Amino acid sequence: MTMSKTLIRGAKVLGGDVQDVLIDGGTIAEVGTGLSAEGATVIEADGQILLPGLVDLHTHLREPGREDSETVLTGTRAAASGGYTAVFAMANTHPVADTAGVVEQVYRLGKESGYCDVQPIGAVTVGLEGKKLAELGAMHDSAAGVTVFSDDGKCVDDAVIMRRALEYVKAFGGVVAQHAQEPRLTEGAQMNEGVVSAELGLGGWPAVAEESIIARDVLLAEHVGSRVHICHLSTAGSVEIVRWAKSRGIDVTAEVTPHHLLLTDELVRSYNPVYKVNPPLRTEKDVLALREALADGTIDIVATDHAPHPHEDKDCEWAAAAMGMVGLETALSVVQRTMVETGLLDWAGVADRMSFAPARIGRAQGHGRPVSAGEPANLTLVDPAYRGVVDPADFASRSRNTPYEGRELPGRVTHTFLRGRATVVDGKLA
Amino acid sequence: MMRHLISAADLTRDDAVQILDTAEEMARVADRPIKKLPTLRGRTICNLFFEDSTRTRISFEAAEKRLSADVINFAAKGSSVSKGESLKDTAQTLEAMGVDAVVIRHSASGAPYRLATSGWIDAPVINAGDGTHQHPTQALLDAFTMRRRLVGRDAGLGQDLAGKRITLVGDVLHSRVARSNVDLLHTLGAEVTLVAPPTLVPVGVETWPCDVSYDLDGVLPKSDAVMMLRVQRERMNAAFFPTEREYSRRYGLDGERMAKMPEHAIVMHPGPMVRGMEITAEVADSDRCTVVEQVANGVSIRMAVLYLLLGGNDSDSATPARTEESK
Repeated sequence: MTMSKTLIRGAKVLGGDVQDVLIDGGTIAEVGTGLSAEGATVIEADGQILLPGLVDLHTHLREPGREDSETVLTGTRAAASGGYTAVFAMANTHPVADTAGVVEQVYRLGKESGYCDVQPIGAVTVGLEGKKLAELGAMHDSAAGVTVFSDDGKCVDDAVIMRRALEYVKAFGGVVAQHAQEPRLTEGAQMNEGVVSAELGLGGWPAVAEESIIARDVLLAEHVGSRVHICHLSTAGSVEIVRWAKSRGIDVTAEVTPHHLLLTDELVRSYNPVYKVNPPLRTEKDVLALREALADGTIDIVATDHAPHPHEDKDCEWAAAAMGMVGLETALSVVQRTMVETGLLDWAGVADRMSFAPARIGRAQGHGRPVSAGEPANLTLVDPAYRGVVDPADFASRSRNTPYEGRELPGRVTHTFLRGRATVVDGKLA
Repeated sequence: MMRHLISAADLTRDDAVQILDTAEEMARVADRPIKKLPTLRGRTICNLFFEDSTRTRISFEAAEKRLSADVINFAAKGSSVSKGESLKDTAQTLEAMGVDAVVIRHSASGAPYRLATSGWIDAPVINAGDGTHQHPTQALLDAFTMRRRLVGRDAGLGQDLAGKRITLVGDVLHSRVARSNVDLLHTLGAEVTLVAPPTLVPVGVETWPCDVSYDLDGVLPKSDAVMMLRVQRERMNAAFFPTEREYSRRYGLDGERMAKMPEHAIVMHPGPMVRGMEITAEVADSDRCTVVEQVANGVSIRMAVLYLLLGGNDSDSATPARTEESK
């Protein structure tokens, strides 16, 4: 790390007053007006929005095992492009990240990439099979320091295993992030169950399969006094349950993906598997409820569920296609479109939902900190006036499975700083 | 006419009536000593069947041969598909061999739509049944059978099914026949009622242009045609209904129930029938049951569809069955 200085001049910090921010080495040295540019590289922000570096609590980096779709290096480059300075890497790799060895490997690969901090998530159960607890303590005690545990991709559906996991991780301040999907109700599920699935003849994924697990898990968390995090909440009914749980004082947090804030199951009429994702795209009513819940804090954070897949796994018939969408490089634009431009959230709110809160839930050290003197210089500069059409060829991700191809989305990350070092400069990876 | 036939919902009333009228002309060919037209001579049609279906495949093949097309049958079993080849590569291989049209049957809903719209191939695509989505030629042959029986062979020409009351009974949830029929019959002006145990009606059915009833006996006296859908015995293992006998008692059609139908009303079945389950032998073998007619009509309908989709593109092709305005 060079000890160079950078002066970001004239940025609206968290969308508020225009200020200068001086970065010295890895730290924010000063925030104020009319700061001296002496010895510093100057970035004219010109009224762009300065946010704390974004934190993604839900990323699939695919390494080890599926390096054809993403690696830690390509995934963290994609993350930096999207304004992220820290990502939590999901455990459903090959082999599964269910031992100290695998999480340390992912952690080390993240360190080597240098584009974005990588915090591995550990599996709750061995092989994500839902039968036997993985060595959660060993993963926490490893160099990777795992605090978030998830079988994401699969639900921890056994109530006893879930209860024990919730209890066990209390010893080291961990949290279980649940992929809420009742497996029996979703056998053969291909899309949201409703009007569109009835017409298209695709197997239905009913909202109740998510809501029933969330209801069970918030009650379990209350019973054993643990905290629980709900991954990619997707239905209006789930919002109601989480709202109720929070009103009871249950220690539950929840995330929503950008795609569930913007897209609906009407898109599946194209049978284009780029819209195939788990949980599936829901209805307009759900989308509006999710936006409202993110605005009022019922849903705590936006998490991408960035899920890269090789071209051949999407260039096929719907039933044969893989589930998932890439999201790191479009997340902030989708949030600007769905939350900021609708007046539901201001930029300080975006900073909270995409940086402060996810860092707090995942206990990410040095991330999600205020933009003030003495804090680590993890920063993202956004030009909200930018308008561009999404072209997957521009992605840093190794995969191209975006549902936004050809769509105009607002905003662009112009600069990202990871501990003072620019990872993105003028919209391009440094 | 459209370029592909993917869904019965894509057909306008006039499209559908034109296909039915053309099929009547095609049916006359079957009455001739030499059952063959030169219309598609020199054209190659591939029957691309990713799912076993002897009946539909043979029906398409008969239609293609009566129109003098060259026919390639491609069954997924024993082919490169079973070795992991993708739908895209299979389709592109066929196109490279100069196929002029693809008739596709696939277990995945939407596979024909993908084939027609993804840019993988240029040839017209005809859906011969996809998953639990659509089976448009089945709906057309059913409508053709109803029009002949309920309106008349000659009187029906140019006519739709306005005001006819059609009841579909059985496993609607898993049925592409039901979906296609609801769409097409509605387009043709019929009033459709679905009858099934609630477990076999899809969530979301409320937007379909039809009524839903759980009471077969109440609906039968108000039906001009009753179509029984196949119910697979294995469904009871997934708790869709308790036992085969209970299903039969509540939703099966036997002689006693058939007597509740108006005298002119017909019994239909897309086949294959599960005798003793949704239909008794007495009903299946009765004069009111049109199962065998439906099979014969299937060939006429498929000839009409192939003719209308392909016949008009080539000035060399003789068109004895229809004049220019039908294109």
